[in-house]
Amino acid sequence: MFAKLLTNHYEAVAVILAGIGLTNLLLQKNLIKKIIGLNIMDTAIYLFLAAKGWVSGRAAPILIEGEKGWIMDVNNYVNPVPSGLVLTGIVVGVSVTAFALALTLKLYEYYGTLNIDEALLKMTQEQEVHEAEIMNEEQEDIL
Amino acid sequence: MIAFNIPFFSIFIMMFGAIITPLLPLKKRLPEKLLCWLIAIIGIFSAYLIFELSYPVLQPGFNYPVGHYPAPWGNELRAGLLEAILSFVFCVAMLLSVLGNFSSTHEDITPKRRQIFCVLVNLLMASLLALTYTNDIFTAYVFIEINTIAACAIVAVKESPETIRAALRYMIMSLVGSGLVLISICLLYGLTGHLLMQNMHNSILELVKTNRYILPLTVSLALITVGLGIKSALYPFALWLPDAHASSTNASSAILSGLVLKGHIFLIIKIFVRVFGLNVIKLLGMDTVIFTLGLVAMIMGSVHALRQINIKRMIAWSSVAQVGYIFLGLGLNSPEGIAAGCLHIIVHACVKPMLFTAAGGLSSAADHKKGLHDLMGTFYANKWAGLGLIAGACSMMGIPGFAGFASKLSLTLASFDSSLIIWSLAGLAVSSVLNALYYVPAVIVILTGKKEAENKIKIPEPSGSYKTVMGIFIGINFYLGLFCVPLLRLITGGVNFLG
Repeated sequence: MFAKLLTNHYEAVAVILAGIGLTNLLLQKNLIKKIIGLNIMDTAIYLFLAAKGWVSGRAAPILIEGEKGWIMDVNNYVNPVPSGLVLTGIVVGVSVTAFALALTLKLYEYYGTLNIDEALLKMTQEQEVHEAEIMNEEQEDIL
Repeated sequence: MIAFNIPFFSIFIMMFGAIITPLLPLKKRLPEKLLCWLIAIIGIFSAYLIFELSYPVLQPGFNYPVGHYPAPWGNELRAGLLEAILSFVFCVAMLLSVLGNFSSTHEDITPKRRQIFCVLVNLLMASLLALTYTNDIFTAYVFIEINTIAACAIVAVKESPETIRAALRYMIMSLVGSGLVLISICLLYGLTGHLLMQNMHNSILELVKTNRYILPLTVSLALITVGLGIKSALYPFALWLPDAHASSTNASSAILSGLVLKGHIFLIIKIFVRVFGLNVIKLLGMDTVIFTLGLVAMIMGSVHALRQINIKRMIAWSSVAQVGYIFLGLGLNSPEGIAAGCLHIIVHACVKPMLFTAAGGLSSAADHKKGLHDLMGTFYANKWAGLGLIAGACSMMGIPGFAGFASKLSLTLASFDSSLIIWSLAGLAVSSVLNALYYVPAVIVILTGKKEAENKIKIPEPSGSYKTVMGIFIGINFYLGLFCVPLLRLITGGVNFLG
């Protein structure tokens, strides 16, 4: 069990990091910390992909010049697809993070808090105050 | 061969529309016009594709290579009858949702943001089409994220404290979902060495036959199901839905409820049928899980809807129940069950936008109040919206002749071959009664108080486009309810090709 973990130490670390990120994303109250959690999770997945895509003893998928000209045999290179996936993932992660941060900024403008539950509480309180005002006005009208 | 290129170009045209919309001048409603024309064009394309696919030339479907590399390495789209039908339905529902809610969109969103709204709807449509057609699981992930951003943004585009909070909540739940999907895709890629769905299927069959890596396969299947379940509002993960769907502008609610959920559900169906295969799903025990969750969603969605006093929140919770029906069909784990689920996707994609459009019309007749008690007598102020709500309510309850009846009937018939028939029939019965318990009072409320309503100040007549759209919606509703057999036959053919 432990030996397997040791041979796959990149993957093990990636899974632990992904767990940390996911827990933060779900359980943190502060939105900025939530978004940091999201980024930790994404990065862990990129680590996993990059580690899976690397085969030791092979070169990056760029043609190398050997003694008898270019080395054309595919078996000397690693698969380029996982690296491509990591790149795509990074792009997606950046755009999602930017959008989430923009929304967080708007939330802070409206409620003055970064805690989404607190924002809900403030909104319901404001509604109650508003409704009480309307009730008072109506009573005054009747009087 | 024109039909062969339709899947790629429908996605491409919508993307292109999203790029050029910001460059258009705001005058004469050009962005909206462009959006509607593009959706209409793609709708016509999809109809042509359905026509071609039901004749022997292209039957039963084809793979379309994207880029220069052939199958095991390159990217691919795959189109069969089911994909073509769904993209046609998505186009129709999207067009009607945008056109029908034109005036409320104008009230809720500033002109500058209306342009952005059009960009977002373009992107949303592109991502839905891509989720429908793609045969490459990583492409699916990328479009899931595009879909997430566009969907959250069309909630936040009507700017108010409430929508921002709802959008943020939606965003966070969606991000958890897409994170889980990404982890699962990486695990599957590591296990199978492929990203194309059919190649993955062959590798998975090989693994299962030699009894290797069963636990990692189960884990990745569970992760991807939960991840997409969060996005498609499967019950225990659906708590973000009512806020997001109820607070946004009517067009956004209609699009989110009717279409965005369906794209993800169809992706789950593709992963179950095409990537894993129904036998492997049964072996890993995921069919029972999905069935149970669907059953719970059908009941709990309706129970939550019963407790709402805001009409849009009520309709939003009803969506959770309806998504439960689709998952119930998928959980039956037979081609008939999946066909019935797909029929319910189509029915719900047509009925739910109608309900939201109707609710929008009624609440604008009641001075933009959305509480059920404020809607007293609004039927007489906006008869088309009232008729739409009644037709939608009848459909959701499953009254014969309306769309919902057809899909409930086919779900019932499909469950006869299953060992879970008792549960499925009981769930359908209880859920239908619960649906009636909250839709009937809503209908009664809008129909009572005729005299008082007539004494009120006259509100402006609903616009011509609103009336036309409502008429078309009601027509589709009756068509699906009365003549669904040929459609179901086409869908069954499509499901067979899906695997």
